[in-house]
Amino acid sequence: MKFGIVVNEGPYTHQASDTAYQFAKAALDKGHEVVRVFFYHDGVNNATRLTVPPQDERNVQRNWSELGAKHNLDMVVCIAAAQRRGILDENEAKRQGKDANNIAPGFRISGLGQLIEAGILADRLVVFGD
Amino acid sequence: MAQAQKKFLYVNRKAPHGSIYALESLEVVLIGAAFEQAVSLAFLDDGVFQLARGQNTKGIGAKNFSGTYRALGDYDVRDLYVERESLEERGLSTDDLLEITHDTDDEEDIPSIKIVSRAEMADIMASQDVILSF
Repeated sequence: MKFGIVVNEGPYTHQASDTAYQFAKAALDKGHEVVRVFFYHDGVNNATRLTVPPQDERNVQRNWSELGAKHNLDMVVCIAAAQRRGILDENEAKRQGKDANNIAPGFRISGLGQLIEAGILADRLVVFGD
Repeated sequence: MAQAQKKFLYVNRKAPHGSIYALESLEVVLIGAAFEQAVSLAFLDDGVFQLARGQNTKGIGAKNFSGTYRALGDYDVRDLYVERESLEERGLSTDDLLEITHDTDDEEDIPSIKIVSRAEMADIMASQDVILSF
């Protein structure tokens, strides 16, 4: 089955992002396809490479980056939500005149059309976080 | 786009202010309109407050985007389902809601808001292909 996954909560405060990660991992392990993971609302905060959680805790961003690399996942961060919350890639940082970027490996910034398209392409669009 | 049209339902469950969900839901609806899918919106729980008329956000410094709902008809979003029980539980009636209309080829100013029962809302949800809940 083709799954689209939407992550609407940031890391650590809520379990939604971890649950989405576990779901994606389990689906891929079972041989299903994940057509896209879309990060929206505070979910965009999963895509900063600047988080430094304590060493004995899971690293939510790294989990996603590693899963993305392993399965060549399309992990898309909503540009409008990202700009509100300070998640920038190199291009956006330059375009907005900011002195740094923080996007983590495997994520890309794009528009909300990617969310709609995921809903169209997937057999099931599964939303995590409220 | 080659794929067949799908039925998208955006479920709005939170008050318009106090969190960003209502505003960012509306942003998805407006962007999504370009994809020519069958789109409708549902308002339940505190989400019914999103359609309240006479909103004034000056005191909280937030953007008043309630006028945008009235433009949804221009984006071919013609069905706004509002749950009756959610209205009643909050002491609201249809008189408290914005006037939202749309035009078709044959007719103008058709009301877009449809008051439905909780049971009918369940049926509406069951008939969708994609549900995004905010």
